[in-house]
Amino acid sequence: MTMTHMDANSPAHGNHPMPPGMLAGTAADRAIAGAGLPEKISVRNLEFFYDGYRALKNISLPLYDRQVTAFIGPSGCGKSTLLRILNRMYDLYPKQVATGEVLLDGVNILSPKQDLNLLRARVGMVFQKPTPFPMSIYDNIAFGVRLYEKLSKADMEERIEFSLRRAALWDEVKDKLRQNGMSLSGGQQQRLCIARAIAVKPSVLLLDEPTSALDPISTAKCEELIDELRSDYCIAIVTHNMQQAARISNFTAFMYLGELIEFGNTEEIFTNPTKEKTSEYITGRFG
Amino acid sequence: MTMSNSATLATPIGGLYHRRRIANKVALSLALGAAGFGLFWLVAILWTLLYNGLSAINLSLFTENTPPPGGEGGLLNAIFGSVVMTAVATAVGTPVGVMAGTYLAEFGRNTRLAEVVRFINDVLLSAPSIMVGLFVYEVLVVRMGHFSAWAGAMALAVLVIPVVVRTTEDMLKLVPNSLREAAAALGAPQWKVITMVAYRAARNGMITGMLLAVARISGETAPLLFTALNNQFWSADMNAPMANLPVVIFQYAMSPYEDWRQLAWGGALLITVAILLLNIGARLLAGLGTTRK
Repeated sequence: MTMTHMDANSPAHGNHPMPPGMLAGTAADRAIAGAGLPEKISVRNLEFFYDGYRALKNISLPLYDRQVTAFIGPSGCGKSTLLRILNRMYDLYPKQVATGEVLLDGVNILSPKQDLNLLRARVGMVFQKPTPFPMSIYDNIAFGVRLYEKLSKADMEERIEFSLRRAALWDEVKDKLRQNGMSLSGGQQQRLCIARAIAVKPSVLLLDEPTSALDPISTAKCEELIDELRSDYCIAIVTHNMQQAARISNFTAFMYLGELIEFGNTEEIFTNPTKEKTSEYITGRFG
Repeated sequence: MTMSNSATLATPIGGLYHRRRIANKVALSLALGAAGFGLFWLVAILWTLLYNGLSAINLSLFTENTPPPGGEGGLLNAIFGSVVMTAVATAVGTPVGVMAGTYLAEFGRNTRLAEVVRFINDVLLSAPSIMVGLFVYEVLVVRMGHFSAWAGAMALAVLVIPVVVRTTEDMLKLVPNSLREAAAALGAPQWKVITMVAYRAARNGMITGMLLAVARISGETAPLLFTALNNQFWSADMNAPMANLPVVIFQYAMSPYEDWRQLAWGGALLITVAILLLNIGARLLAGLGTTRK
């Protein structure tokens, strides 16, 4: 996906692609921060309704490949809702409707023809609370892999080691893979969930406040991990912690009351926001 | 706390406070009395049962069939019949109950059909078992033309189903939705989410429900009176009437023969101990479930 899609949504702005990091003057310019990077996901004119209540209002933004995009904003602003649309998690519940377009590699995943299970295998998700399955560490990871691949025992073991290493958990659990996943500490459980998501080889990772239930040390480990994963995945993270957004993301989307107020390079959003609301929020005057 | 506050606390509003204290004492003693009254009868029943039943427990109770009046014998055929019919009933009723409970908890949430099914199940849960016996008598015994162990097992299965439906639904509802979402987020279709994740998380509770259902039916007499009836002799034929502990107890306890009444006491003790063990097992399992989050 390229620039042209964004332009369609911001007609006021001319066709002046800018390289990332370049200082921009207007919000419209900001909307194209990161131009030139490949767009993994393009959200266009997205609206979302909970049983008739309009929770997202005309959201358009890109998620770039191999970049971390943070969604920030006060509680109830719709950041988690937006994240849960990207793998259509909302489909599990009745009376929730999304309109508009979400293009993943150019294909609209909101289309009713989209196979949800295949979509979710491509778009991994890690939740706020660690959710290990009530089974062994080994099976926790093998569960997702077995859904779509038939691996030999050796290949499966290799995959499990690969994902646990990638999630920086291997050294801690390599001798107790048969132990119940619930016996791990909270931070370990969360990294197990990340390993589990990676094991199915997704191309996008959605992280819904992944460290809000963790202690500072586990949080630091998870943040390091996200930083490493950046090189292989398109990552979207919802966070309440603005320092965290500033530390780990390349791009930041600030949302308020279901609207996308500002999207741009993280550095710019945090040092030189164009919108009053953004600046109020990041300086802690509300939210 | 300020001075004025502590002052009001130190000097209660005379009469009202006094009356409340008395009311509290009266309510407490009434509650204790009620609990004691209930416990007294429970202990009395268990004591009588142990007193009379223990003397009837001996080896021949487990090795010989029910005797004619005046003869020597045991309860072997009745124990066998009870175990077989309970096992068949559980084997038939549990899958049906688990599937219905799964529908209510996983597929039919907030649907009209689920509400109706849940209501009917609650009615069935508290339906008098004699009605179930009559129903199976009408449907199976009358059509087959004779009493049979099959009919007995089916009557018991009808009693198993609502208990299992209820516990399965309750236990599945306790499984946090985040776990289902996590499984779905990996691309798992709903049936895999249910069978591989939700069932696993709810397993202890569901087994507990099954054990409670077994405990419930193992003492049922009324539905068997109309269906399996009884059999004086050894029979392993599911198509024929089969002896069973509750009906044997019913018949022998009301008989004028002292040795039959002894056997009835022994049988009653056996059933009570079996149900007690089932309940303890269910409690232990349920406890395991809660401590492991």
